[in-house]
Amino acid sequence: MSAPATAATLPATEEAVTVVPLRRAVGALLRKDLLVELRTLESVPGMSLFALSTFVVFHFALNRNSVEGDLATGVLWVTLLFAALLGVNRLFVADAEEGGVDGFLLAPVDRTAMLLAKELTLLCYLVVLELVAVPAFALLLSVPFAHALPDLLLVLLLADLGVAVVGTLVAALAVQTRARDLLGPLLGLPLLVPIVIGAARASSPLLVASHAGTPAARWLAMLALYDLIFGLIAYAVFDFLLED
Amino acid sequence: MAAVEVEGLARHYGEREALADVSLSLRRGQTLAVLGPNGAGKTTLLRILASLLRPHGGRVSVLERRLPEESWQLRGQVGLLAHEPMLYRSLSAQENLRFHARLHAVGQERITWLLERLSLSERAGEPVRSFSRGMVQRVAIARTVLHEPELLLLDEPYANLDPAALELVGPLIGAESRRTRVLCSHDPIGALREADVVLGLREGRVAVQGPAHEISVEQLEALYR
Repeated sequence: MSAPATAATLPATEEAVTVVPLRRAVGALLRKDLLVELRTLESVPGMSLFALSTFVVFHFALNRNSVEGDLATGVLWVTLLFAALLGVNRLFVADAEEGGVDGFLLAPVDRTAMLLAKELTLLCYLVVLELVAVPAFALLLSVPFAHALPDLLLVLLLADLGVAVVGTLVAALAVQTRARDLLGPLLGLPLLVPIVIGAARASSPLLVASHAGTPAARWLAMLALYDLIFGLIAYAVFDFLLED
Repeated sequence: MAAVEVEGLARHYGEREALADVSLSLRRGQTLAVLGPNGAGKTTLLRILASLLRPHGGRVSVLERRLPEESWQLRGQVGLLAHEPMLYRSLSAQENLRFHARLHAVGQERITWLLERLSLSERAGEPVRSFSRGMVQRVAIARTVLHEPELLLLDEPYANLDPAALELVGPLIGAESRRTRVLCSHDPIGALREADVVLGLREGRVAVQGPAHEISVEQLEALYR
């Protein structure tokens, strides 16, 4: 039986070096990450359970049947932030422990592919988390936001993008250290606080019983700008984080 | 034509010297056996040649690419079989190989061929964590040669393999593969049988070096005393 030829041959001539297209590489990495999560269930269930437990704790600690306005947004975003940190901490663990980063570095692939794939993976985790956590938040704390759902989704999307970008950067940095479980939250929290502030301020007018609010445009713009700045920083430094 | 050229290579981890003043030359198609006790610097040497670690001194050229400056041009041309199999334990053999195949633009037919060649087809859908160490090593070997690399960097490649498995992997990573190989081993007799050139390391420095036919088993065994 003769060996079939590979699709990409890479002889040792400079002009023949083939680089796998970025979109294909991102697709392969994202598919692998989601498959690993689906098999191990190490991140998303933990994040969701944490969020649910926290809402229950708030329900009893505040001793209220309903919350709204600043208090409601505070409860929501602080809970989502800490739940997200659980996912950030696990983002690179399988790759670091099972040699996946080395396997990736040996492939003819732009290293930005891993940055994009990890950001998308974290974004998927956050979307699933919010599909569980936001309805639970509304039920447990009787938060009136059904009327403002489209606006709230916009705030959630901008905040999620920021958490995905910052979280990936922090996770890539922390995973190379022995104290990664500690370093992830320590580095992540200060960098994620502006996102929480922006998201809380933007969504505060939405979570009121009078049904009169709209998200503050300047806070939405601030969130978008923060996402953009950290997106550019991550793009600039990610290669160096993966290297020796 | 030289596949690997190393001159005065140095690498340290903090204060500890992992490699110091290592020089070697390996022609295309040849096999270099690297021997030495644990901590001698064998794995560090392999990782530098794979462009995963930066040299801290000296000059390194692999497949005519200077490292680390031109390491990006080396990607896809090197197959590294390290202690860590670089496989996700929760994924099946098939899924692991498909993942690496996508990163190297390799087709499914090559995966199928390798799984058959290594007698893994029947259990290709099972998670790697359920495999024996020998089976994991066979999947790791399939991953190493998946993209038909020019240079094989092999760290104890025959560990955990039974005689039947050794026969299966021979044409892929053994002398029959006719690829340029750097082979780390603790087996002086086997290494001398397979190698064209031998490098013996002790505490990061060259202790024995030369063509395989000029080196004796006793010289290599003395590295471990």
